[in-house]
Amino acid sequence: MSEPTHHAHTVVHPKVYAAVFGALLLFTALTVFASSLELGVFNAVVALAIAVIKATLVVLFFMHIRYSSKLLKLTICSGVFMFLVLITMTLTDYISRAWGLW
Amino acid sequence: MSTIISLPDQSTATLPKRSYLNSEYGLKSWLLTLDHKRIGILYLIVTLFFFCIGGTMAALIRLNLLTPGGELVAADTYNKLFSIHGIIMVFFFLVPIAPAVLGNFLIPLMIGAKDVAFPRLNLLSWYLFVTGGCFELYAIIWGGMDTGWTFTTPLSTHYVNTHVVSAALGIFVAGFSSILTGVNFIVTIHRLRAPGMTWFRMPLFIWSYYATSILFVLATPVIAITLVLIVLERVIGIGVFDPAKGGDPLLFQHLFWFYSHPAVYVMILPGMGVISEVVACFSRKRVFGYTAVAFSSVAIAVFSFFVWAHHMFIMGISNYSALVFSLMTMLVAVPSAIKIFNWSSTMYKGSITFDTPMLYSFSFIGLFTIGGMTGVMLASLGMDIHLTETYFVVAHFHYVMVGGMVSAVMAGLHFWWPKITGRMYPEPLGRLAAAILFIGFNLTFFPQFIVGYLGMPRRYHSYPPEFQVLNVLSTAGASVLAIGYLLPAVYLLWSMKYGKIAGANPWQAPGLEWQVQSPPLTENFPEPPVVDFEAYDFEWLANHTKSEVQTVG
Ligand code: HEM
Ligand SMILES: [Cu+2]
Repeated sequence: MSEPTHHAHTVVHPKVYAAVFGALLLFTALTVFASSLELGVFNAVVALAIAVIKATLVVLFFMHIRYSSKLLKLTICSGVFMFLVLITMTLTDYISRAWGLW
Repeated sequence: MSTIISLPDQSTATLPKRSYLNSEYGLKSWLLTLDHKRIGILYLIVTLFFFCIGGTMAALIRLNLLTPGGELVAADTYNKLFSIHGIIMVFFFLVPIAPAVLGNFLIPLMIGAKDVAFPRLNLLSWYLFVTGGCFELYAIIWGGMDTGWTFTTPLSTHYVNTHVVSAALGIFVAGFSSILTGVNFIVTIHRLRAPGMTWFRMPLFIWSYYATSILFVLATPVIAITLVLIVLERVIGIGVFDPAKGGDPLLFQHLFWFYSHPAVYVMILPGMGVISEVVACFSRKRVFGYTAVAFSSVAIAVFSFFVWAHHMFIMGISNYSALVFSLMTMLVAVPSAIKIFNWSSTMYKGSITFDTPMLYSFSFIGLFTIGGMTGVMLASLGMDIHLTETYFVVAHFHYVMVGGMVSAVMAGLHFWWPKITGRMYPEPLGRLAAAILFIGFNLTFFPQFIVGYLGMPRRYHSYPPEFQVLNVLSTAGASVLAIGYLLPAVYLLWSMKYGKIAGANPWQAPGLEWQVQSPPLTENFPEPPVVDFEAYDFEWLANHTKSEVQTVG
């Protein structure tokens, strides 16, 4: 038979939303601050890391994935996985393009 | 185990009084319908319309190549012809035709559901598709585009002054229709299966459409964004693909093929689903190695994401990376080979009948095998340097896309035609058309393998005179193909009114869709079916028909 059809409708307390919203603002401020530091290549790394954390928060709380069925979690993960495939496989080209030129 | 086919007596069959076709009348009842079957037919009309446009372009291309000098059209016009041909055929015909037409019509019927999970979304995706199509028609009518279907940068962003923007936006919009269809099918297959319809009782058709839907959902967003980047690059010069601004034109290739390789499997997987149904039915046997075929569909969907750079071997990508992609490409041919092997084994010792759908399946198996094997040739690095951008590649993908997928679509259309319309097509004409298409196809495209191997590049409007004989053969084949497509167009239309009445199950097939009246009711099943038999269970069907009193709505 199929998976359980309805996931329990957890009622999320408004406080949680407020806290996530606050965290998002905080991270935005952090991004702005980090961009003023001189970190070389790490500027991009830091900015991207913060962005990923923020996106995760949005997906987990605002999009309710934290309270959803395993199947929905899997769906999200497969999207992320394919995205990683796109990035890493493309990078295999960029990183090794100049190796032992022949 | 096999049972001998004995078709029911169709002279006594009558058309059901009530069906999805006559439940409501008028244009509005069609344009606002939420019935998956009607939406499937709406898609059929639009995709066939685009097929006619694409086909006309193909005819002009072949006519121009009749003579080495390319006397018929100017070089610029020729570029537009093949670009329009490619864009229309890929994005507006081959990608949507099988999922959106056959899938919409059949998935709910096959799994015992009343409709797809989100009927409104389904209608919305048809409107998105039509909107995208309008953009495309606008681009074509106002002067066309000449980038090829691949929108290669920097050509598309810097050098051409044709309607690239509207062409790209059209594909962008139509892409959302694919995504929504994919989501809809995935949810439908997960949630709406009838009681007893377990994953491994589903027809293999459903497995392959499930795999296709995954590709839709995961790959299409990438092409959508990539085309938006092209548009932004052209309009405001953001520079992602422009080396002068720190961008990289090869990045476009990576993004484009990350979608477009999986998309070529979107253009074959549904066909494989059709062939599984047809081969099982006309061999009166369960598909050999059901699980292997089911999982090979999923394997194709997953692995197809790891091979895209085989389109970029000569573009200056890293040699090491190319090695990996070459290996992966050869591996992705394995699941396809499994399927071919299993269909052949299904036929072994089956009691085969040679009705039109089965003839098309034979075409599919033979032609797809040739297409796939030449794909493996192209996947090897050394070979590809010689063959890439020649007519060999053109022949390769036409063998898989036209020889494979279009044959499968024809097989499916004929197989389910009695279910869709309630009437049979004329069988002798059907067989004749299948034969004409097979001959015409090989005459058109086999010479292209040779001429490509000899070095004739693709996408040029003229060629050295020594290639003329092969090109004339190819053009001759194209005219045979044209007849082969016109013939079904005529007799299928004719049969809608004058065809023999089919009855519920003209092929004596065991699928759920055949256990209801043809054409089906709007709600598909008078009462929700309970599935207590495996897919392709011809024994069950034999017992079932013996002990049953036929009830017709
Ligand atoms: C069975 C395994 C397959 C393999 C190993 C394979 C391999 C390849 C390779 C290596 C190329 C690049 C050739 C070049 O440009 O130099 C290619 C091109 C192409 N293939 Fe396949 N292929 C396979 C199946 C398919 C299928 C099933 C389809 C579509 C239904 C398809 C459609 C295409 C298209 C459209 C192109 C040309 C794209 C362009 O440059 O315009 N292939 N294939
Ligand atoms: Cu490919």
